[in-house]
Amino acid sequence: MANEILRTVDLRKHFKSTRGMNPLARAKERVIRAVDGVSISIASGQTLAVVGESGCGKTTLARTLALLTPLTSGEIYFDGQRIDDGKAGDKEVYRKLQMVFQDPDSSLDPMMKVGDIVAEPLRGLTAMKGVEVRNAALESLIAVGLSGDFVERFPDQLSGGQKQRVAIARAISTRPRLLILDEPTSALDASVQAQILNLLVELQRKFSLSYMLITHNIAVAAYLSDAMAVMYAGNVVEYGPTSEVLRKPRHPYTVALMKSAPTPDPWNRTLLQIEIAGEVPSAIDPPSGCKFNPRCPFAEAICTIDVPELSKIAEGHTAACHFLQKTA
Amino acid sequence: MATVLQVTDFSVDYRTSRGEVRALDSVNLKVEEKEFIALVGESGCGKTTLGLATIGLLPPKVARIRGGIISYKGTDLTKLSPNAARKYRGSEIAMIFQEPLTSLNPLKRIGEQIGEAIVLRHQKEDPKGNEKIPRIPGRTWKLPPHVREQAERMLALVRIPDPDHIINRYPFELSGGMRQRAMIAMALSQQPELLIADEPTTALDVTTQAQVLKLMKEIKDKLGTTIMLVTHDLAVASQVADRVVVMYAGQIVEDAEVHALFSSPKHPYTQGLLSCIPTGNREGKQLTPIKGTIPDLTVRRDWCRFHPRCPAAMDVCARKEPLLKELEKDHRVACFLYGE
Repeated sequence: MANEILRTVDLRKHFKSTRGMNPLARAKERVIRAVDGVSISIASGQTLAVVGESGCGKTTLARTLALLTPLTSGEIYFDGQRIDDGKAGDKEVYRKLQMVFQDPDSSLDPMMKVGDIVAEPLRGLTAMKGVEVRNAALESLIAVGLSGDFVERFPDQLSGGQKQRVAIARAISTRPRLLILDEPTSALDASVQAQILNLLVELQRKFSLSYMLITHNIAVAAYLSDAMAVMYAGNVVEYGPTSEVLRKPRHPYTVALMKSAPTPDPWNRTLLQIEIAGEVPSAIDPPSGCKFNPRCPFAEAICTIDVPELSKIAEGHTAACHFLQKTA
Repeated sequence: MATVLQVTDFSVDYRTSRGEVRALDSVNLKVEEKEFIALVGESGCGKTTLGLATIGLLPPKVARIRGGIISYKGTDLTKLSPNAARKYRGSEIAMIFQEPLTSLNPLKRIGEQIGEAIVLRHQKEDPKGNEKIPRIPGRTWKLPPHVREQAERMLALVRIPDPDHIINRYPFELSGGMRQRAMIAMALSQQPELLIADEPTTALDVTTQAQVLKLMKEIKDKLGTTIMLVTHDLAVASQVADRVVVMYAGQIVEDAEVHALFSSPKHPYTQGLLSCIPTGNREGKQLTPIKGTIPDLTVRRDWCRFHPRCPAAMDVCARKEPLLKELEKDHRVACFLYGE
C-alpha cells in the first residue's frame, strides 16, 4: 500500500527472565512473550490506537517499533523501507519517528532547560547548527502552545500539562512523520487531558502526522483514532476501523473492555453489567490455546487447545476467536 | 432515612513551606444511611482531605482543623480524644486506599491481617474476653478456628476465589485486583457503618476496576454499608454512585442526585469537567477544556475560586463568595448564576 507509513509483519519480542533467588529456578530459563506475533499497519496521516490493559504488551510493541529495543523476530517497514535489520541508518529513522512517553516527570531531564530539551533531537539528528536550531526549537514550542519565555525554564517550574507539551514539542522538533504516543494523557487531570487531546488533533492536521496511540483509555482511543487494535497478553485479538470496533465489538475481550470503560452516563451503567472475572494472565506462563479462555464467558474445550487466528468479519475488521458467531 | 455523617462549615489548613494552604474551606455535607456517594474533583480539590478528616487520619503535624464539625450520628469526631476516636475508626468508619500494596503489611499473610481486624471487633464487643492471635515467635501464626472461618467468609464475600488458599498468601503474591479485594474484606470485617474508598480503583486495569466497583455496589446493597467513594473520574461516579458531590479548590461547588447532575449540571465547573470527557470521535466535535489552572490555595480568597477560569463569570463573582444553596430538591450548587 502506497499510503502506508508503518507496517509490521509477525513481530515478536520475547524477554528472557533469569531473575529469582533460587539457583535451581534460575538455571531454567523462562521466556516472557511480551509481543507474540503482531501484524499491524498505520495509514499515512491517520491514527492507530493500540488498546489493552497493563501487561498486554502495548508499550513493548511501541518501544520495539521505535527501535528502542531489538526485536526477537519479524519485520518492521517504515516509510517504505525495512528498518529492523539495521541497514537503514538509525538516526534517519529516529528523525522521522519520535515517541512521547506517559510520564513527563521521568522523560524530561530535570537538569536541562526547556529550550535545550526541545533542541536536543535537532542537534543530534539533523545537520542544523546554532541559530537554526534555536529557531526550530522555538517554532516547536510555539506549535504546542507555549511561548518563547519557556526556553529558559526548568521542567520543575512547569505544570503537568506544560511538561507534556514540552515532551510533545521535543518529539515534533525534527518534523517527524510518525509519533508514537505512549499513554500521553494518563498522568493528567481531566481538564488538562482535554487540552492535550485538542493539541494532538491540531498538530496532526498541521504537520500531517501519523500517530500510533498506546492507551488503556477507550474514550481517548475512540476520540483520537481511525483504526484500533485491541491487545491481550501479547497478541492482537481484534483489529479494525475504530467506529466499527466500537459499534460492533466481536471478540469477547473487546466486549468486556468496552463495557468496563466508564462512560459519564448514569442511565446506562454498563460497568455494572461486566461478566468476566479474573485478571490478565502471567506472560511467563500463559494459558494454553486462546489466552483469554480462563476468563471468557463463551469458552469451550477447543479454546484451551487451539490458538484462534485473526479471521475476517467485515472489510478491514478482524478478530481472533473460535466462537465469533456468539457475539454477532 | 437517618443521617450518618453531617459535615458543617468544616475547614482544614495545611502548613507548607509556602505558607498555609486552605485545603478545605467551609465544607457542608450530609450523608444519609445506605447512600453511595461520590466525591469528585481534580487533584488538590480537597476530596481526599475530607475523607481523611472523617476517619481522623489527617497528618497531625501538618494539618490543622480551623473550624467546623464532622458529626457522625450526633458525635463530633473532631473533638474526640485519640483514644475515643479509635473506637470509631475501623469499627464504625473504615477506609481503603488507592494502592493496596502500600496499605497492606508486606510481612503478614492475608489471613493474619484480616484475622487481626476480626479479633479487634470481638475485643470491642466483649472487652472482658481475651481473644488474641497466638503467635510463635519467628515461626508461624495460627488463627483460632472461628476467626479463621470468619476470615474465609469475608474473603468469599469479596469474591476472592479459593479463600482457604489465599488466606496463607502474602500481599505480594496477589494481583492488584485481589489485593484491593483483600483490603475491602479487611475494612468490612469490622462491619463498619461507613466505608470511605479513596481512589480504590485508580491503580487497577479497567476490567478489574469494573469488577471492584461492582463488588462495592453489591456490598452496599447486601450489607447496607454507606459508601463514600473519592474519585477524580466523573464517569466512574456516574456508573456507581447515588449522589455526586463535585469539589473545587477546597469547596463543594455542586451536590446532586446522580441523574440530575448528569442531565442538568448547574455549576460551570461541573459543566466544564463533563465537556472535557472525550465522547465520540475527533471528527465530530472539539473538546472544550477548562482554561487556566487551579488557583494558588495559599492565598485567602473571598470570591468564587472558579471565576478566573469561568466562561460565565460576572462582576459579582470577583467580589463575593457564592454559598452552596438548594436549587431544587436534592440539587445544591454554589454559583451566582442562580441568584445571589
